[in-house]
Amino acid sequence: MGIIESLRYFVPELILLGGAFLVFGTDLFVRNKKTVGELSLLILIVAACFCQMPAQPLKLFYDMFHLDAFAHFFRYFALIAVTLTLLISYSYKPLKGPYEGEFYGLFLFMAFALILVAGANNLLMIFLSVEFVSMISYLLVGFLKKDARSKEAAIKYLLFGSVASAIMLYGMSLLYGASGSLALPAVGNALFFAPFKSLAHIAVLFFFVGLGFKISMAPFHMWAPDVYEGAPTPVTAFLTVAPKALGFAVFMRVLSVVFMPSRAHWSVLLTALSILTMTLGNITALSQNNIKRFLAYSSIAQAGYILMGMAVFSNLGRQGVLVYLLAYLFTNLGAFAVVTLIGEQTGSDDLAAYAGLSERSPVTAAFLTVFLLSLAGIPPLAGFIGKYYVFAAAIQGKFITLTVVAAVNSVVAAYYYFRIVRLMYLTSASGPALPPAPRPLAIALGLMFAGVLLLGLFPGLFLSLIWR
Amino acid sequence: MEILELFSKIGIYATMALVLVFALGVVALRNLFHCALCLAAVLIGTAMIYVALHAEFLAAVQILVYVGAVMTLVIFVIMLTEHLGGKTIRQTNRQSPAAIIGLSGIVVLLGTLLMKTPWPVTAKALDAKVSVMSLGKALMGTYAFPFEVISVILIACLIGAIVIAKKDVSEKGPS
Repeated sequence: MGIIESLRYFVPELILLGGAFLVFGTDLFVRNKKTVGELSLLILIVAACFCQMPAQPLKLFYDMFHLDAFAHFFRYFALIAVTLTLLISYSYKPLKGPYEGEFYGLFLFMAFALILVAGANNLLMIFLSVEFVSMISYLLVGFLKKDARSKEAAIKYLLFGSVASAIMLYGMSLLYGASGSLALPAVGNALFFAPFKSLAHIAVLFFFVGLGFKISMAPFHMWAPDVYEGAPTPVTAFLTVAPKALGFAVFMRVLSVVFMPSRAHWSVLLTALSILTMTLGNITALSQNNIKRFLAYSSIAQAGYILMGMAVFSNLGRQGVLVYLLAYLFTNLGAFAVVTLIGEQTGSDDLAAYAGLSERSPVTAAFLTVFLLSLAGIPPLAGFIGKYYVFAAAIQGKFITLTVVAAVNSVVAAYYYFRIVRLMYLTSASGPALPPAPRPLAIALGLMFAGVLLLGLFPGLFLSLIWR
Repeated sequence: MEILELFSKIGIYATMALVLVFALGVVALRNLFHCALCLAAVLIGTAMIYVALHAEFLAAVQILVYVGAVMTLVIFVIMLTEHLGGKTIRQTNRQSPAAIIGLSGIVVLLGTLLMKTPWPVTAKALDAKVSVMSLGKALMGTYAFPFEVISVILIACLIGAIVIAKKDVSEKGPS
């Protein structure tokens, strides 16, 4: 489809883009930065209202942006993630300063970038959009200029990220050389022929490095704990969810469109990597004393569970990944929202600050308990539905070793999630009662709590949306 | 004609070898300033390879943007920052030997793969000369969307970089 005709279907993205510039513009004149934040929230909501499900897959801008049901799902996903993150960050004090407005503006750009990732159906667009997301992530991680840890995290993230991207780019160049085309379907067709089989194996490995880095898959997860600990907490919350989910999205698209013929090979590799990822994440999480590091390792382990669905890659497996990602969105953002709140109120991210939280702030403790239980996969919460689907896919695909290892891992994970619940409820409080949460954060917490419960209790409601 | 062709082939391979040597210099030399000069040489060498492959426009852009602008900027920064120019740093650590062994394995693997793959190189593709006009048309037509996306990426990065690099004036009061 040509450029002018495509614009009609590209309205939400244009709103985001225009909105971002509007936010940067108003930021110059408005002294009260809260208004800027509210404006960005309004832009996100308006953009979400204009999102329309296409009747059939649309090849916008000469197929540079592939708008199908898959991209549509992740469009909502990105908008929800950014909206919730903005709500969490309104009350985050370290951000208060002359650059608060830019923070919101960059998040609007981020939403735009994430949507581009979801619709990328072309090597060029995949590279551009994934880099776009990475660049803004580096900037947001280093946003606290006076915090040495934030700067260190940004540098680490940048260095690791550039190497991973370079390797992926090299793999893309091999694919382009073999097929003479940038479009994923054409590349897939070219790789189908015998002389290019070995090339396809190497190229898929390079994609594993580049995208594995984004989703913090096991041998490429080294950056995650340091970056997640050093970044401003709302940014950490966002990074553990949205870029990761979109990494999975583009990973799925590449695997299904380009590398489907060699599935038998990479499926084995992904199974091994999935086992490695969840085991490493869980075992290291056991010994953490900082809640941000703890959740960082837990999110690595969660990536391992999601990889189960990718390793199976049946219809059920792919749907399982989407369900899991949705559950993970509400759950992990929710857990980090509580961490932001407690970090603000007690000034500490140590696990010790959570001792006796049920006495100091019963509502917050209850929320965190629900989110942790959902992460552990206890019914009737969202995490259970996600786990149920990836496990079902693995059993259906006869991946028995993977299923057994994942089950053992879930038990280990349940132990350390319960450790925090025990800390909150069974130890005595070390300080006075905490004030109630600021209103935007309370709203975000309520929304995520509702999401976790609804997805857990009425999964059919969400599943019918995904299945479409 | 035969001899001419032979010489041009030797020339191209010599350039490639030189580029590799200079690239090694970028990551192995101890003086930052020397590294920057090596990088400039690598970029010029790459431009020469572009010329040999009939991509004159790309070569010109490479020289103008990378050698002319980016490298000049880098060298300026090194020279203007007092204690950077004369400083020497080791670029290796204890893991380097292991890394070299691993990397040479990958190089061998990739090398055999690249030699084995029958790249779809046709006479037509070799002779194709991409004119600046067709490049411009492609950028404004099929590739207009990625082109615009790149500009958005650049502006987002610029804004973010300014936020991170700007000196805080707000220490004394609200801005």
